[in-house]
Amino acid sequence: MSEGTLVFVEHRNGALNKTSLEAIAAAQSLGSQLQQPISAVLLGSDVGALAPEIAGYDLVKVVTATNDKLAEYTPDGYTDAMERVVRALNPQLVVMPHTYLVRDFAPKLAARFGKSLISDCIRAQVTRGSITFTRRIFLGKLDADVVSDGEPPVFATFQSGAYRPDQAAKGSGAAVESMEVEVGEIRMTPEAPFQEVKQAVDLSKADIIVAVGRGIKSKDNLALAEKLAEALGGDLAASRPICDAEWLPIDRQIGSSGQTVAPKLYVALGISGAIQHLVGMKNSGTIVAINKDPEAPIFDIADYGIVGDLFEAVPVLTEEIKKIKGLS
Amino acid sequence: MKIIVMMKQVANKDAILRINKEGTWIEEGDLSFEVSESDGYALEEALRVKEKLGGEVIVCSMGPQRVKSVIKDALARGADRAIHVVGDNLGHLSPYAAAGVLAESIREEKADLVLTGLQSDDFGYAQTGVILAELLELPHATIVIEVDVSGEKLRVKRELESGWYQWYSMSTPALLTIQSGISQIRYATLKGIMAAKKKEIKEVTPLADIVSRPSHQKIDKIYLPQKTKQTQLLGNGDAKAGAVELAQKLHTEARVI
Repeated sequence: MSEGTLVFVEHRNGALNKTSLEAIAAAQSLGSQLQQPISAVLLGSDVGALAPEIAGYDLVKVVTATNDKLAEYTPDGYTDAMERVVRALNPQLVVMPHTYLVRDFAPKLAARFGKSLISDCIRAQVTRGSITFTRRIFLGKLDADVVSDGEPPVFATFQSGAYRPDQAAKGSGAAVESMEVEVGEIRMTPEAPFQEVKQAVDLSKADIIVAVGRGIKSKDNLALAEKLAEALGGDLAASRPICDAEWLPIDRQIGSSGQTVAPKLYVALGISGAIQHLVGMKNSGTIVAINKDPEAPIFDIADYGIVGDLFEAVPVLTEEIKKIKGLS
Repeated sequence: MKIIVMMKQVANKDAILRINKEGTWIEEGDLSFEVSESDGYALEEALRVKEKLGGEVIVCSMGPQRVKSVIKDALARGADRAIHVVGDNLGHLSPYAAAGVLAESIREEKADLVLTGLQSDDFGYAQTGVILAELLELPHATIVIEVDVSGEKLRVKRELESGWYQWYSMSTPALLTIQSGISQIRYATLKGIMAAKKKEIKEVTPLADIVSRPSHQKIDKIYLPQKTKQTQLLGNGDAKAGAVELAQKLHTEARVI
């Protein structure tokens, strides 16, 4: 019989991905409500150094699954290894962070068990022993409550921010179990990861950010946002489509593929608020959204909102701020 | 080189979504539809590879007759022929079942390259492409932003998190999921639209036993996201008045200016 919750701990060359701590927090929360033991799994060629760190969390055990072919991440290697671990431990629930790495191999893993992942969950609730997962759909416009109605194991991934890393509870020292796993043919060869250009702009230290999205419509209209940023004494940033269109350089992109920021004030102009953008800025102090679409998900996390034309609102806002600053 | 591009039709990005009476899905009757954004970039990438190496681009889409608009648009942009997997409720298949249906619909084509978008704009599972690779026994790479292919050698640039990238090499046949925004998507020309009328669209019916596979996940209900914050909406429809009010609030209430 399957039992327990297994949490996948992601690392790169022994450096822990912080969303792994969020996944541990998720597994602890669900595991304790389901009254199930929680184990963690680390994959690699040599993860000896990381195992004691993970064993410090409140877990029953930490399994290190090793094979030389796991020295570098590949979807083939990780899928084979995780399949072996899941079959050996036979858990009811497998919890993973919804990172780019997990997205790359976990669907393949779930398919080996004849199913899909319940992917990109933003929260989960246990009622009478069964879990209801909540996912964002339609680019964040709606939420869906999802239940698993099949045989275990259930594979679930959690969006960054669904749980806080500091919620991961420390324990009295979990047992570390090592396991040699078989890995088949690896059909892809990775090269070393790299950064395109040195980030010229570090927005993570900005106090005030004015960010623009698709709603700004053309490159020429950026001047409007620039003037507002100038009046506020803040930095200009953007959502992905603006940087893809090269209206602003990529080092000004906020979101999962860009920078993560938490300024005192974040002003979102014409940004609808896709989840990939929200994860990069939702911890900002005061959030302002100006958007013509009242249903835009950005309004869900905004403190102040103007539903309307940003081309009308922004020049007035800029002038009013100048007035206030002149007076104060 | 034979390239198959998987393209999904989804609700228009700007569409107002209305939840159905049962609270289980949206009302689709009066919706307008478009192709899921990243699938459009997958098609563009396929057309560019074909221009460089020659060969054939086949577009494959699944759904009711309305998805023909996605197919015809792809043919007008330069795809050579199409496979339409016809069915009314296929949009609700789990990624595993959807990938199963698609795998059987394209398996015999023995494509050198299968391209998909990285995730759909409706369910956003981000799984169908990867599972399709598993079922077709192809190596894969996800969130691809650059494709360099010559003969059987394939080198792709993948996007990692926080501004990091990584190149992966593999042999064709292979499957890639393509990130949005990696190129400038071409428009259909009038000539392309005319030529598309003569191009083949093969209709196939999905295998019933795959469609009825247990999904292992069921949508209980859908609803507007719960607000985590109480948003003060300002201006009551008057954007200028809202802006005046906002400046005051930022000064006296939030005290950020």
